[in-house]
Amino acid sequence: MTNSPEATDRAAWIGQLARAKPDRLRALFPTLPPYEVLRPAEIGTVMVQGRAGGTGAPFNLGEVTVTRCALRLTTGEVGHGHVQGRDKDHATRAAILDALLQTDQSSALRAAVLAPLAADETAHRAGRAAKAAATKVEFFTLVRGEDK
Amino acid sequence: MYVAVKGGERAIDAAHAWLAEERRGDRGIAALSVAQIRTQLTLAVNRVMAEGSLYDPDLAALAIKQARGDLIEAVFLIRAYRTTLPRFGASIPVDTARMAVIRRVSATFKDLPGGQILGPTFDYTHRLLDFALMAEGDAPLPQKEAPTTGDAPSAHIPHVMEFLNRDDLIETEAPIDATPPDLTREPMELPAARALRLQALARGDEGFVLSMAYSTQRGYGRTHAFVGELRIGMVAVQMHIPELGFAIDIGEVELTECETVNQFKGSKTVPPQFTRGYGLIFGQSERKAISMSLCDRALRWRELGEDNIGAPAQDEEFVLMHADNVQATGFLEHIKLPHYVDFQSELELIRRLRSEAIAAREAAE
Repeated sequence: MTNSPEATDRAAWIGQLARAKPDRLRALFPTLPPYEVLRPAEIGTVMVQGRAGGTGAPFNLGEVTVTRCALRLTTGEVGHGHVQGRDKDHATRAAILDALLQTDQSSALRAAVLAPLAADETAHRAGRAAKAAATKVEFFTLVRGEDK
Repeated sequence: MYVAVKGGERAIDAAHAWLAEERRGDRGIAALSVAQIRTQLTLAVNRVMAEGSLYDPDLAALAIKQARGDLIEAVFLIRAYRTTLPRFGASIPVDTARMAVIRRVSATFKDLPGGQILGPTFDYTHRLLDFALMAEGDAPLPQKEAPTTGDAPSAHIPHVMEFLNRDDLIETEAPIDATPPDLTREPMELPAARALRLQALARGDEGFVLSMAYSTQRGYGRTHAFVGELRIGMVAVQMHIPELGFAIDIGEVELTECETVNQFKGSKTVPPQFTRGYGLIFGQSERKAISMSLCDRALRWRELGEDNIGAPAQDEEFVLMHADNVQATGFLEHIKLPHYVDFQSELELIRRLRSEAIAAREAAE
């Protein structure tokens, strides 16, 4: 399944907003514009699937808590929020930003919100990866007595 | 059969009040916060999420606190909470090849592309109590230093199995897109598909799954398992959203994955190949992931055309029906509830049997 470039771009920002720490998102984007609720924020679950052997037939691994909502700005754009966890404020803020990123405020919000979130994430991942790299080992097999 | 009883309301209230007091413990000592449990007793939180079958570290930490550290009670609380939530749907199957690995080891290949990464492991520790942890104050922060060995792990670390796959040395796991059965929705039917077995093992009790796996190593259904690869890391959870018409990331979960390489299977037409067992667990839990993959492999005897030697780990009904610690606890502990009527009839029976036996003995004398 290949998406249009617009869909790929939108999926990327929705994902960035979903993965954001709720507190950080609130700090970066504290004031919400007026909006109309289409689907009130609700908490539920999503069944996470894995694949047998990593690549084979899917199986149900277990659920994850998810909060979702849908809303419309007064200018008409519709935003969706689907975020892991039970934070309704996070889902609402993500949905509003999803809607605003479809407007002419897009480039300002990319710089003010998405860029810092991406930078946080990159720094966090790089930190974990560097720690992991420091534990990389080379194992050497020793000659055993019987291998003459 | 237990019976309904009434009364004792005041005693029950008093018992629960005392429970709350005991949970809090000595008020001279600071109360434990849920955030402390979540961030410092992470592996307990992971176990409750895995067996509770719900990934939510805050809720798992709360359950541990409420259950006074009784992890099975905490799993029970999580399972009960889960039933109150609507399900929005299923994720796209997670792509563990794209895991941001913090640990990745192979017992079969010492030089593997991407390298062996130990991660934050208990392995190679001396298992000596560290009394420094008992002393007040925080451990010093580690010195920030650049990693000494080469490059950081890349975003895509191929599975070890791919290398064996290339030479047809191991059975392939073809990507099929069937909707898997779900034991939380329909009662488990036997014989179970592998997908259902994997679900039951993933949420099964760690101790039970460990013991079953251990029994195969000791000879009860031996499958000669090697850990082909064990990896731990964060994986994106993606879901297709119908309103949007495309898939999005909804978050990330930490997973432990184990793939075992096991002894051969072949036929007149297919030359012998290694076979596979698979384990995937929420959180960091390699004991459970390895155990799951050994049990998965043992239960595959039928589809691989192996003999059932009557080993417990090969007995699907035995393994799947006894792996769930909430079910097991419920049935086990219900015998402490009022069984007065049942017991009354047993009492009458034993009195009659005894009086008959005594009468018969006296008649004989």
